[in-house]
Amino acid sequence: MLINFKVNGEARSLEVFPMARLLDVLREQLQLTGTKEGCGEGECGACTVIIDGQIVNSCLVPVAQVNGCEITTIEGVAGANELHAVQQAFIEHGGAQCGICTPGMVLAAVDLLNRNPEPTEDDIRNGLAGNLCRCTGYMKIFESVVRAYRK
Amino acid sequence: MSSIGKAVPRKEGRKKVTGQALYVDDLSFPGMLHGATVRSPSPRGRITNISFEGDIPWDEFTVVTAKDIPGANYVALILNDQPYLAADFVNHPEEPVLLLAHKDKYLLEEARRNVRIEIEAQPPVFNLEDSLAKKEIIWGEDNVFKKFLVDKGNVDEAWDGADFIVEGEYETGAQEQLYIENNGAIAIANPEQGVTVWGSMQCPYYVHKALVKLFDLPEDKIRIIQTETGGGFGGKEEYPSLIAGHAALLAWKSGKPVKIIYDRAEDMVATTKRHPSRTRHKTAVTKDGKLLAVEIDFVIDGGAYCTLSPVVLSRGTIHAAGPYVCPNVRIHSRAVATNVPPHGAFRGFGAPQSIFALERHMDKVARTIGLTPDEFRRRNFIHEGETTATSQIIRERVDLDHLLTRALQLSDYHAKRERFARENVASNGRFAKKRGIGFATFMHGAGFTGSGEVYLQSIVSAEATVEGKVRILAASTEIGQGTNTIFSQIASEALGLDFESIEIVQPDTGRVPNSGPTVASRTSMVVGKLVESAVTGLKQTLIGSGLLPHEYGQSEFAKACAEYIAKFGSLKTSSTYQPPPNVHWDDEKYQGDAYGAYAWAVYVAEVSFDELTYEAHVEDFVALQEVGRVLNPVLAAGQIEGGVAQAIGFTLFENVVWKDGRMANNQMTNYIIPTPADIPPIRVYFEENPYAYGPGGAKGIGELPMDGAAPAILNALENATGVSFNRIPLMPETLMTGFT
Repeated sequence: MLINFKVNGEARSLEVFPMARLLDVLREQLQLTGTKEGCGEGECGACTVIIDGQIVNSCLVPVAQVNGCEITTIEGVAGANELHAVQQAFIEHGGAQCGICTPGMVLAAVDLLNRNPEPTEDDIRNGLAGNLCRCTGYMKIFESVVRAYRK
Repeated sequence: MSSIGKAVPRKEGRKKVTGQALYVDDLSFPGMLHGATVRSPSPRGRITNISFEGDIPWDEFTVVTAKDIPGANYVALILNDQPYLAADFVNHPEEPVLLLAHKDKYLLEEARRNVRIEIEAQPPVFNLEDSLAKKEIIWGEDNVFKKFLVDKGNVDEAWDGADFIVEGEYETGAQEQLYIENNGAIAIANPEQGVTVWGSMQCPYYVHKALVKLFDLPEDKIRIIQTETGGGFGGKEEYPSLIAGHAALLAWKSGKPVKIIYDRAEDMVATTKRHPSRTRHKTAVTKDGKLLAVEIDFVIDGGAYCTLSPVVLSRGTIHAAGPYVCPNVRIHSRAVATNVPPHGAFRGFGAPQSIFALERHMDKVARTIGLTPDEFRRRNFIHEGETTATSQIIRERVDLDHLLTRALQLSDYHAKRERFARENVASNGRFAKKRGIGFATFMHGAGFTGSGEVYLQSIVSAEATVEGKVRILAASTEIGQGTNTIFSQIASEALGLDFESIEIVQPDTGRVPNSGPTVASRTSMVVGKLVESAVTGLKQTLIGSGLLPHEYGQSEFAKACAEYIAKFGSLKTSSTYQPPPNVHWDDEKYQGDAYGAYAWAVYVAEVSFDELTYEAHVEDFVALQEVGRVLNPVLAAGQIEGGVAQAIGFTLFENVVWKDGRMANNQMTNYIIPTPADIPPIRVYFEENPYAYGPGGAKGIGELPMDGAAPAILNALENATGVSFNRIPLMPETLMTGFT
């Protein structure tokens, strides 16, 4: 089927298999490889994208469902050659180690701060609870989120 | 200009936070096929038939079996007993038998399900007790891959003089590394160009060595390139040799690039895990709490093939008696075969298993003789000039008394111990939350064991550019732990240049020398020292040539590089590993200087236990360690926090459920690792005591944080509940059985 949607602000029109995972369409048809696959079953959050203002695991979304939607991936979270405050904080405060969960984690943190500009520690833990990281033990991720909103 | 000791931001941080970093699955080549592995349906037996069924266009597929292997059909590592593809006999239920490639990955998956492998079953062995009991002989003459005996003093004569003899048995389960990026590789291979592999890996030269044998090609015809790697933790130490070989075999036969990326279920079910272990302790003590004799029997389950089990066993054996002084020590250890997928490297590498046993047992001995856990340990701590179980004389200043005092203060241990005791009694019978606090004291040796580093002969090179940049050439990989950043800090410090003047060359066996594997907490301490020496050599070459004054700035350095390169063509220096003085190791007797340096630590866990749900939760965690000099406080704390979180998972969350030799819960839905909501505040503290032979005084830290959390948590749980648990993972259902 042909679908029309906006990805990172740009209107796209694509011929797709309707049940293809949004994750695969982003990675393979649009070469937006910043969105990662960790588990393929909605547990790890590495494939997090924002669809119409909601964070979603793109491995669980058949692409037919996003016809007419606006999607933001890690590539669109800040302008070209710019960094979002969350990205800057992740670099400075050790929020990223191996980096594979980072795009999803950054999007989850951006979404959290959009909804709740001054989250408590519990808000941060719960806001990021759908995103798994095996490297950091999460402490530096929490700190990065706090630093990002204080900036 | 100094950058050592500063929280310099991660070198490749920007690429990672913007999604620009390229991992293996982000790469694609024209005409590329996808590859898949068809595995044994049965844990042990003879292959009698393979048939290709279903409505599949089989003629479109590239099919590889053991017969297609150009060279030797084994993964070259230690004993070379693991085949790339089973030829006629399978030894575990996920053993690769056949490979398929096709351009359509959906059709490929369909095809994989339609290959039928028939096995004439033979009786399998699934756990270490059955293997030890030789229920079946499944490997060699006695199922034993490797055994060690550490024998210090005379244990047999010590029992008679003891006031107490305390025995205990402790077990740890398998644990999945669960890096968030699954294993994967892409290969291009043909007789003209040789074999090139891109992949997610820790040790490019391990893969190189294995593929030289697999293809029977000269070393310069095999090229291995590490792509950005999404975590390893040991899980990408030896396994990538297998998947890289599989992709290369398919590429060789098809003449096209082939990509194999495991999905999560395949990665969890088929790749290595932490070795399950069983440890028995028998300890002789005097009534005033001095250790007289320690006898330890340590057994690990190696799975179907030897792989790295001898070295995992070695580290577990050497760490089994811990940071205590005892005149008589005997440690007998064995790694045994079972018909499960081979167990492999995982952060800590045998030490978390044996240290779990020891630090649980130390609490038991203390209780038996009527001393507090802290007082009993204080009476036996090792000091400078005293000897470890392998008779290694500790030649550095070590003050475990001070570390313990400080850790107990930071965690408010004594006050909490008293308060929890009071409150737990007051709440009896009310299904309240019981609380407890416990700790573990331990050490972790950095670098390869014994003479290992001497055999490795690691090399690092440094190369100057005409712009005055310095490139570091090493095979040591960035896998999240901070190699790029730490090497840049060390080099910029030694050269007096900006951090930005240092470039780290992507590990590629066609370009970089073999600086050894990225394992064993050796990258900062051992390879970092080579980085320091190599760049120092480069600076001295420039000074010696008269082009660079002794005192110089960034622009003078750049000018000197440009002039030197104009005159001589290039400027490159190398440094090869030299052992620190006075390091002696006897491989036969397993005595001597096991490690060049140890990190020392005290970890304190506070837990709550819910009497209604039987859930245990870590409420607070203090991690205090002496690691030489801290090169980068943010990266170092990140290592400790991440390791502690994995260790909390090892203790309370991560339960590999085995069914007929296979992991039954091979999904992130039912194998649970800690989430952001599960982890307590992990409070990290460092003591600095510069190590003379580490770069800038650093010692290794990567594995250390995996060692101490499990016993600290179970010691705290015993404090909370009065019940002694000695097997991990400790799930609520097991906890429940302790109270009925």
